[in-house]
Amino acid sequence: MKQDHGHPGGSLSIADILTVLYFKEMNIDPKNLKDENRDRFILSKGHSAPALYATLYEKGILSADDMKSFRKINGILQGHPDMKHTPGIDMSTGSLGQGVSSAVGMAIAGKLDNKEYRVYSILGDGEIEEGQVWEAAMSASHYKLDNLCLIIDNNNLQIDGAITDVMNSYPIDKKFESFGFNVINIDGHNFQEIEKALESAKNTKLKPTAIIAKTIKGKGVSFMENQVGWHGKAPSEEQYNQAIEELDA
Amino acid sequence: MDKTIKIATRQSFGEALKELGADNKNVIVLDADLSGATKTNIFAKAYPDRFFDIGIAEQNMIGIAAGMSTCGKIPFASSFAVFVTGRVYDQIRNSVCYPNLNVKICGTHSGLTVGEDGATHQMLEDINLMKALPNMNILSPSDDTQTKWAIKEAAKINGPVYIRLCRLATPLIYDKETKFEFGKGICFGEGTDATVFATGDMVYKALEAQEILKSHGKDIRVVDIHTIKPIDEDLIIKCAKETEKLISIEDHSIIGGLGSSISDVLTEKYPKKLIKLGANDFGRSGKAEDVLEYFGLTSNKIVETVL
Repeated sequence: MKQDHGHPGGSLSIADILTVLYFKEMNIDPKNLKDENRDRFILSKGHSAPALYATLYEKGILSADDMKSFRKINGILQGHPDMKHTPGIDMSTGSLGQGVSSAVGMAIAGKLDNKEYRVYSILGDGEIEEGQVWEAAMSASHYKLDNLCLIIDNNNLQIDGAITDVMNSYPIDKKFESFGFNVINIDGHNFQEIEKALESAKNTKLKPTAIIAKTIKGKGVSFMENQVGWHGKAPSEEQYNQAIEELDA
Repeated sequence: MDKTIKIATRQSFGEALKELGADNKNVIVLDADLSGATKTNIFAKAYPDRFFDIGIAEQNMIGIAAGMSTCGKIPFASSFAVFVTGRVYDQIRNSVCYPNLNVKICGTHSGLTVGEDGATHQMLEDINLMKALPNMNILSPSDDTQTKWAIKEAAKINGPVYIRLCRLATPLIYDKETKFEFGKGICFGEGTDATVFATGDMVYKALEAQEILKSHGKDIRVVDIHTIKPIDEDLIIKCAKETEKLISIEDHSIIGGLGSSISDVLTEKYPKKLIKLGANDFGRSGKAEDVLEYFGLTSNKIVETVL
């Protein structure tokens, strides 16, 4: 999915989490994407769409041709997730703080209908500066949504700099704890820790779970890792080749 | 019009939701701590399991409604018009209209008739905000009968609908058997001296003016535009061709409201002058009737404009 613009940094930080969700955890049938009993996934930090599209491609939901259409005028892959035109997308997102509320709505609907499905949503650590996130968090624990699992991509960087310099959203774990969540701190690049945390979320009753995943923005590409400049910028031809080499290694 | 029966459209809304809830188990009602005023408490009492008071958090309410709708629910998200449109414009834009979800946005206490609470609560830009959004439909009923139809009609539409409701009790205009059609205005009279296009709680004012004008030897027609989007282009053009003067009146800003919608049609299809009566500033505190008088939203003002 080669492009001259996009959001590579925050996409690479969630790639490992998406891998576990889509290939180990979530109940999704690529042949029956509208199954009402499927688990739901909402990418509240919608700008990390490339990572989600890559995951849906690996899952066999998107084709190689679809992938080439990313951000192109007649393509089905918009800059941010679009549920109307892209198969496998449960909610359109892009304006930060909104996806998490729709996840709460899906979780409530699941409870109303006595469905077994679970709802997962990934939020950015900068995104949680949006007030709506805390409105949603308050309601998730008010309605005891134990079918809801939020994952905070804690890569410590937002567009204008480090979280701590721009607008300190720490302590993230204590905030969610005080909002009534089951909170788990993990290394967001350790498959075992991700799996274990998701398992704990499933076994927690009467409370939603927030997994605070410590991640590295630009993970796997040496010149992007932990660099604030790689939020909304794509690599040059030379950098692209180097990145692919490092990611393949 | 029966002036002996006066009902606020928010009251009709609450009752209609209850009726709708009985027929359709997927109907969900959400409110943001104003259920006594919006009258969603009528639904809440009947179906507590399907009523969600999200608290004073309108942004979250719209997002929750959007999420529910993706799971087959038909959520009616309600609050005062000012909060459920202006405060959550971006949520309605990105989480409801862009994915074209089946969410109904219900704004009670629209316009100046909020009265004493003043400008912060008198929503005069909601039609403007909502009509700019692709996929959004707008219903602005004028009395009890029409509101009950509008709520059921909104539930039939598979997509976003904004329903604009009012605080004050207003006269009954239509008998219970009246049939309405989505997107089709209703014409009262065939007078050719003027057409007065009106919506919501201004329709009865226009009908009052029509009566008064008879004694001045003027025969006007009144058109109730209950569907502001999509608007009834054919009827607007017909009236423009058949009547001398065109006037619009709305309890909304003259920028981007009913008058502007009519003006858009005229400009493209049948250029003709339209006199727009409506608010031209923020509102202010006062008794509802005094505030309407202050902004010239009275039957006498319509009479003067026609003469």
